[in-house]
Amino acid sequence: MTLGPGTEVEAALESAASTRRSGRGAVRWLSTRLAGLLFVLWAAATLTFFAIRLIPGDPAQAILGGPGSQASAAALAQARAEYGLDQPLILQYLGQLGRYVTGDFGTSYSLHESVVQAIGQQLGGTLVLAVASLAVAWVLALAVAVFSVRAGRAAWAVGNGLEIVSAAVPHFWLATVLILLFSSTLGWLPAINVPGPVGLVLPVVTLAVPLAGFLGQVMRESLLNALHSPFVLSARARGESEVGVLVRHALRHAALPAISLSGWAFGSLVSGAVVVETIFARPGIGRTLLRAVQERDVPLVSGIVLVVALAYCLVTVASEVLDRVADPRLAESPR
Amino acid sequence: MRRAASAGPRVALVVCALVVLWLLACAVAPGLVAPGDPLAIHPLQGFEPPSLAHWFGTDESGRDVFTRVVHGAGPSLLIGVAATAIGIVLGVALGTLAGLGPRWLDFGTSRLLEVLFAFPGLLLALLFIVIYGPGITTSTVAVGLATAPGYARIVRSQMLAVRGAPYIEAEVVLGRPPLWRFRRSILPNVAGTLFVLVTLGVGQSIVWASSLSYLGLGAKPPTAEWGAMLSAGRTYIDSAWWLTFFPGLVIVASAAAATVLGRTIQGRVRGS
Repeated sequence: MTLGPGTEVEAALESAASTRRSGRGAVRWLSTRLAGLLFVLWAAATLTFFAIRLIPGDPAQAILGGPGSQASAAALAQARAEYGLDQPLILQYLGQLGRYVTGDFGTSYSLHESVVQAIGQQLGGTLVLAVASLAVAWVLALAVAVFSVRAGRAAWAVGNGLEIVSAAVPHFWLATVLILLFSSTLGWLPAINVPGPVGLVLPVVTLAVPLAGFLGQVMRESLLNALHSPFVLSARARGESEVGVLVRHALRHAALPAISLSGWAFGSLVSGAVVVETIFARPGIGRTLLRAVQERDVPLVSGIVLVVALAYCLVTVASEVLDRVADPRLAESPR
Repeated sequence: MRRAASAGPRVALVVCALVVLWLLACAVAPGLVAPGDPLAIHPLQGFEPPSLAHWFGTDESGRDVFTRVVHGAGPSLLIGVAATAIGIVLGVALGTLAGLGPRWLDFGTSRLLEVLFAFPGLLLALLFIVIYGPGITTSTVAVGLATAPGYARIVRSQMLAVRGAPYIEAEVVLGRPPLWRFRRSILPNVAGTLFVLVTLGVGQSIVWASSLSYLGLGAKPPTAEWGAMLSAGRTYIDSAWWLTFFPGLVIVASAAAATVLGRTIQGRVRGS
């Protein structure tokens, strides 16, 4: 790899490359991947369980509203029995794993409803936001990549500009500037959430632009490599038009690393959603997560974190499947 | 594969160096750059837009935003550097174990990293903050922890690459002890990459830590810290744009400078 974008992306590409290197038969590959996925989920649940035991203070106290609640000893004992806190740690752990498997993530302290219900209500908003942002980011990134490989000097500036935008512009500042420009000054778009596509524009732009910066850089690198490879030369020699070369041969190569980065992109969208949903007052997982962190609502935080981990794993496996579809060399390689 | 455009990079580099020097001056001697008191309240001069007297305007209590930005450089940069240090130390430790250790250790560490990667971005930081409560220290450690897996991945691949290099093989044949090889051959060869990671990482950490402050999980508003200033100014976004615009601009400038410098060093390291 030549000059990649941010360190995070480098790490993500590294991990994608390590899974790509092991070209095996499709069935065996998929079963290994699924086993790996189950392992990651189990480990994530274990890590979350024990991490939460590190919280200083009495968990029963936290359930009853934190140290300031002045709960009676009887109420504390009842909460302990209700949540199984009086049992040995290993039993608590196994019970928790069992409940996770059956889809029981407990009850949120702050919302007083089941964590699954709370997540279910908020998931839709975040999904719409994330999918729309990802789509916009891809379109932007492809456009930038295609444009910048054609212009020599401008390409250098575009490449660097992209990296700076994506690495140095935090979501919250981009959102602030967009609100200042498009709602406060020009009055074109609403600053806070309104139902319908109009309210989606600024949040989606906020999430999509930095992501497009990362993706565009990666796409540009591999598009450049593809355009200098022998198969493009032979396509040109056959007399294919520049557009034909680009569409039929080179773009597929530009898409490959960006597909590999999907898992990472998903993660960056979720992190961004925490900020963006808060700023634009949009209902969603990110805003719920932030509120849960502020209220130290442990079941809700661990529930959301695990759901995101699950989604991350699924996106990663899906992107690897897509990778194999887009790049037949992976499935065919003998080892 | 970056093309060497002649004037562009040099101008960018000079601008970045100036930004870094200015930030360092602010951090070391804020009183020289902006002599005022960042916490001094002048209730009658609230919400003044940028002018010659107040370059970045004043906030709701009449505090000078420029003075606050200058005095905020110290804490903000310190948080960024400390978070990077935590992330790099953890990342190097894990990456070295995986890259140079026996295979089972590499396997275990790699699985651990895979699990940590399933908590993308802010999530690991938020999980840490929910355990130890919000605040400057916890948010700094949280950012460090959240960035460590990424560093570990890169360090591991670097270590693997160096370990397989012919000169290391030659030293094994010559019978050099492992520790000697590590100190004399492996470390110098990954040092360049580490230096690049640190430079890029400081920029990233500043952005992340200020995001946490912005969300109210890091430094708290009366402190002159950039993220906290933005968070406080958010309430007045319709009437006083300068409260959020300028602190954000400084964050972007410092992160951008770190990124450009990091990439330039990277170019040098790979070029030599």
